[in-house]
Amino acid sequence: MTALTDLDMVAAAAGLEKRDFTAVELIQAHLAAAKAARDLNAFIVETPDAALGAAAEADKRRLAGKAIGPLDGIPIAIKDLFCTEGVQTTAGSRILKGFAPAYESTVTANLKRAGAVFVGKTNLDEFAMGSANITSAFGPVKNPWGRGSGKDLVPGGSSGGSAAAVAAGLCLGATGTDTGGSIRQPASFCGIVGLKPTYGRCSRWGIVAFASSLDQAGPMTRTVTDAGLMLSAMAGHDPRDSTSAPLPCPDFAAAAGQPVKGLRIGIPKEYRIDGMPAEIDALWRKAETWFKDQGCEVAEVSLPHTKYALPTYYIVAPAEASSNLARYDGVRYGLRVPGETLDEMYMNTRAEGFGPEVRRRILIGTYVLSAGYYDAYYLKAQQVRALIARDFAQAFERVDAILAPTAPSPAFAIGEKMDDPIAMYLNDVFTVPASLAGLPALSVPAGLSQGGLPLGLQLIGRAFDEETVIRAGAAIERAAEFDSRPSRAGRR
Amino acid sequence: MSLTRDQVRAIAFLARIRVRDEDLDPLAKDISGILHWVEQLNEVKTEGVRPMTSVAEMTLPLRADKVDAGGNRDAILKNATDPVEGFYTVPKVVE
Repeated sequence: MTALTDLDMVAAAAGLEKRDFTAVELIQAHLAAAKAARDLNAFIVETPDAALGAAAEADKRRLAGKAIGPLDGIPIAIKDLFCTEGVQTTAGSRILKGFAPAYESTVTANLKRAGAVFVGKTNLDEFAMGSANITSAFGPVKNPWGRGSGKDLVPGGSSGGSAAAVAAGLCLGATGTDTGGSIRQPASFCGIVGLKPTYGRCSRWGIVAFASSLDQAGPMTRTVTDAGLMLSAMAGHDPRDSTSAPLPCPDFAAAAGQPVKGLRIGIPKEYRIDGMPAEIDALWRKAETWFKDQGCEVAEVSLPHTKYALPTYYIVAPAEASSNLARYDGVRYGLRVPGETLDEMYMNTRAEGFGPEVRRRILIGTYVLSAGYYDAYYLKAQQVRALIARDFAQAFERVDAILAPTAPSPAFAIGEKMDDPIAMYLNDVFTVPASLAGLPALSVPAGLSQGGLPLGLQLIGRAFDEETVIRAGAAIERAAEFDSRPSRAGRR
Repeated sequence: MSLTRDQVRAIAFLARIRVRDEDLDPLAKDISGILHWVEQLNEVKTEGVRPMTSVAEMTLPLRADKVDAGGNRDAILKNATDPVEGFYTVPKVVE
């Protein structure tokens, strides 16, 4: 039999249903794997006692013939950006060390209601600001891939702990959040599937806010079908998030099984940037033939404002962050560093509580929103953002989904690209445009680099059309037959 | 736009983050670099373009003006440093 930590959700659910193993056995295998893989630093907190209790409940329900659905008893890890009642929630920051929320985020509450068993809280870039998981106050996460090469690699970010945990077999799926690529880029670096839903699909209530007009939660899994299953559990209208869409959720997983014949796939010519590694360009072209072979029409499309997406993002996101992070002042929760006056207490607390990247972004955001500069930076960025969204709307008049690489490189070594913030920001060059436009986008592992590291391809769809993205993603999954696993897991 | 040390100090005060003197120059350099880079947006013609404030094309929903949560004082104060008799505490602000 396949090791329990090697299953996907569909296979695990079938095994539970057939009584091949219990939910307690399933979680025990994953807790043991998590313990044995602590050097990856994928988790900030493991919650084995709660997990064993939840798994025992799942087994009881199943014995009574009252299993809830496909996620009942399935081990899942939670990015430490989701508030979990009574369980430390840090956002990867010193300023929230020890913070135990009095409430549960909507997304994690939805997953619990579906029977999911939480392995623990995964490491991330501080306040989800980063593309390599090196800004966490709890230390960097190591990518389970590329071990033995002498250098530890980054898992991508900001959902790096979640991606590493799924890739290394420490859980069957994990939640991530994506503001400019934080689900898709680590999914690409770790050889797993990552889905950023349409803005508004999953409630933001109870998720530590970074950039409110961009933040969106989504699933990180081993297969496209699993991503659909998990999204169905996470999504849905929530009156407590005013931007939550009051729309019914289709059966996302079912879309993975639908044929793609007749689908029109767009190739955005502006994504063919200078300096893109030949192997990524080649993989991208190969995927065009996969779609053609499955009866799709492939056409070039133009997204003329693509090159302005990153600079737009680096005005909008820090501006929103500077406002959102004003709440960390030492008064109501989190770190407090004393001062003689109230202002000094604020300043001392925030100096000690925030790391360098968060501080940098707060300062940029404060500057671009300050009197005299607002129009030149923030208003301008909002206008360009409108043009970026319009580019996509025009392209989707001609095609049903857009195919592009997820990231401009495979995973790199911990310590690289750290001296120059802009070099690090360029990791998100292919993911940020869909974020700005609020569109659903999926990264699916499609091949290996010459160095043996996973490379993902990305599908972008129309707003609230996750189904087409899942359907097209599954077509790549079928054609790529990506079954490589990290050397660390080394079981296939 | 290149920022001076004094401008960084002023922004840091607006953001209520204490910055050590020796960090002012490196921060000015970093932030100026990023500002130069984002200023490429000036190449884009945006006259008459309505700024996009949200991707959700919807009117914000209203709800009934009814209390539907609350009464959680003790649970909320649990995460505060030095609460006193059901209140948050801060350094004295009025002489």
